[in-house]
Amino acid sequence: MNEPAAALSVRNLLVGFGAAAPVVRGVSFDIVPGECLAIVGESGSGKSVTARSLLGLAGANARVSADWLDLGGHSVLGLTEHAWQARRGRDVGLVLQDALVSLDPLRPIGREIADSLRLHTSLGAAARARRVLELLDAVGLPHPELQVQKLSGQLSGGERQRALIAAAIALNPPLLIADEPTTALDVTVQAQILALLEQITGGGTAVLLISHDLAVVSRIAHRVAVMHDGELVETGRTTQVLGSPEQEQTRRMVAAIPADKPRGTRLSEADTPNTPSLPSTRIDSSTEKTPDGTIVLEAIGLSKSFRRPDGTRQLAVDDVSFALRRGSTLGIVGESGSGKTTTARLLLALMAPDRGEVRVFGQPWTTATEKTRRGLRAGVGAIYQDALGSFDPRWSVAEILSDALGLGRQRRAPQTTARLTSLLDEVGLAATVLPRRPLELSGGQRQRVGIARALAGKPQLLICDEPVSSLDVTVQAQVLDLLDDVQRERGLSLIFISHDLGVVAHVSDQIAVMRAGRIVELGPAARVFAEPQHPYSVELLAAVPRLSV
Amino acid sequence: MSDLEVQAELAAQAGQPDRSGISGRPRRFGVAETAAGVLALFLLTSAVMPQLLAPGDPLAIDPLSAFAPPSGAHGFGTDESGRDIYTRVVHGTQYSLVIGAAATAIGLGLGIVLGTLAGMLGRVVDFTVNRFLEVLFAFPGLLLALLFILIFGPGVATATIAVGLSTAPGYARIIRAQLISVRSAAFVEAATVLGRTRWQILLRHILPNTLAPLFVLATLGIGQAIVWAATLSYLGLGAEPPTAEWGAMLSAGRTYITSAWWMSFFPGLFIVLTAVTATVLGRSIDRRLRHVSVPGHA
Repeated sequence: MNEPAAALSVRNLLVGFGAAAPVVRGVSFDIVPGECLAIVGESGSGKSVTARSLLGLAGANARVSADWLDLGGHSVLGLTEHAWQARRGRDVGLVLQDALVSLDPLRPIGREIADSLRLHTSLGAAARARRVLELLDAVGLPHPELQVQKLSGQLSGGERQRALIAAAIALNPPLLIADEPTTALDVTVQAQILALLEQITGGGTAVLLISHDLAVVSRIAHRVAVMHDGELVETGRTTQVLGSPEQEQTRRMVAAIPADKPRGTRLSEADTPNTPSLPSTRIDSSTEKTPDGTIVLEAIGLSKSFRRPDGTRQLAVDDVSFALRRGSTLGIVGESGSGKTTTARLLLALMAPDRGEVRVFGQPWTTATEKTRRGLRAGVGAIYQDALGSFDPRWSVAEILSDALGLGRQRRAPQTTARLTSLLDEVGLAATVLPRRPLELSGGQRQRVGIARALAGKPQLLICDEPVSSLDVTVQAQVLDLLDDVQRERGLSLIFISHDLGVVAHVSDQIAVMRAGRIVELGPAARVFAEPQHPYSVELLAAVPRLSV
Repeated sequence: MSDLEVQAELAAQAGQPDRSGISGRPRRFGVAETAAGVLALFLLTSAVMPQLLAPGDPLAIDPLSAFAPPSGAHGFGTDESGRDIYTRVVHGTQYSLVIGAAATAIGLGLGIVLGTLAGMLGRVVDFTVNRFLEVLFAFPGLLLALLFILIFGPGVATATIAVGLSTAPGYARIIRAQLISVRSAAFVEAATVLGRTRWQILLRHILPNTLAPLFVLATLGIGQAIVWAATLSYLGLGAEPPTAEWGAMLSAGRTYITSAWWMSFFPGLFIVLTAVTATVLGRSIDRRLRHVSVPGHA
């Protein structure tokens, strides 16, 4: 070979399972030391299967073939499991999305990290312990000597991910494969982990980053390879691929990133296929909704505390007040543990506040009895992050929706079918999903059914708790556009809760930034996004995934 | 990316919808399931129409052919009065199955009442019911059944109720746990948000999702109940000879076990086969249901 320097070289990789057609077709790329290559694609594009094949982890019934597959100058095509075991950790390290399941919950992280040192080196116990401390220090865990004794469950998400990266780089492998390393993390933590990966790349390690999110990879990847349907459709320098994408697929993913796109801008191209060069089309301003100033929902001094296992009380929501005007959207943004979800549950009157109250349509809401509230419930819809969990697992889509429409048992009647079909039509689903159960639908379809259910009662107010957090960026774009459409058509007022300031800023008129149960900043979206006042808002804003090209 | 997602990805790639989201759908029946199905058919026929399989009279005595070993004329041999064991075993099926089903129904019914009380009516009731269940748990099940028979006297009916009573605490616990998990499920909250009343939620969401898994448990329980009922009969506390009940037959054969093994072997074999059949079928139904509905799936 002419390029002995390549840390990883792949030509014409094919991966198939059983007798079915290959799921990865003709994938070729090289990574040189000190370079970060990102493979980007939606769920089901074959990117994870590719990553696993590079580690010999594709599975027992997988057929892996390639013209060549060289790791550090040695062919690893057709290695036995035994031979792979000697290479994993030493020649190539792996970081997975969910550190909580990747780390043994019953062993201290120090022991986990020391494992690969014990298996692959002749270091003694004292030398291993020193190296573990060095590694933890290198990945930026404060007080490494205290952390080594902790179990993975005692660490925060970001700390766990750092520990996992420490384990992966313990042997200084020339190549690190990171499969969705930041997807489960808060934005500020995500930014820190990305910085750490960048630092590792700077140290001369080749990094293969797998992600569904272009904005994430654009920060650290030198080159980007876009994967679609098992093939690499576009490969090139990050600035070039993201700045002037050539393929339809890449353009869709670039357009789907919500940050920095003004309110009312379409993120998905599904409805407007004729504007490929202008993915951000401004909707005609004459159809813009007009907030008329009536307050539909009001939170007054809400507080809620929970008892911790040790008996002390934790204030989850602390003196939260805001008002939502008809036809407008209030975005609530904050990271895990900031009290967003408790706020949502208080707004839905699923729990009673310790102090303060919520008023809906000017009527008492949290102070009323459930019986009185039930009369108003139809006007208040809810959309949940875990759409699947919010559906009775025994029910089909038809049963879920006809129940929400209040049609009960007459679900076989023709007029029922007509109403179900028109409801599904509004959320962009075909009637073919009616007999299926939510378990059989994709994530995006499930969330559409969730929206259809929320719309069934003709609500005036929708409370959305992380409605797009578990979705791919392109699917997220479609769902955000859908919410925007139904809001405009029905004149809905929205509470939109998310950890992603980019998303919130895109959909909201007003933004409330929450931290540790308090609203630290509340103001017009444009203002908060352009000139954040509170230091925490500044930090959140800096961490928002956006294309850095 | 988690293994789950990779699986979903693979399924999507191969053009096969991943129906379960967790594992492949078990389509084929295994050898054990097929055998259990055939046996269940045989046992049901024996229970409903014993004449079809064994036209003789299970009580007809024939002293001349007493203690005949298994042969062409008497497939399972005869007992001390010359009664045909095969005929008696077939005709005895109805006792065992009825006792098994009735005892399970009693246990399950009581379990549902206690479990629902504990799971739905707040802390005080929950606490009381739980302590009561713990007292019941402290006795071995059979001892509880014996205690009950001691008070109400032996007989088929008392044995059935006794077995039912002693299985109730186990069912109650499972139902309570299932209720509590379903009650706090996200779809129950979603129903509240849609403005459903507590009763509507209980009847439409909580009970169906709690009771569906119990169906499987009941099938498994029938096997256990049959063994227990046979045990009581064997001890002379349930059905009494010459009733063609398996436990009673087993007990009658005990005296002659060294000279006429078939008298106890065949009733014993059927007790075991019935229990195994019920268990295999129960597990099979469980596996098939599990991929369809996953209550509390997160």
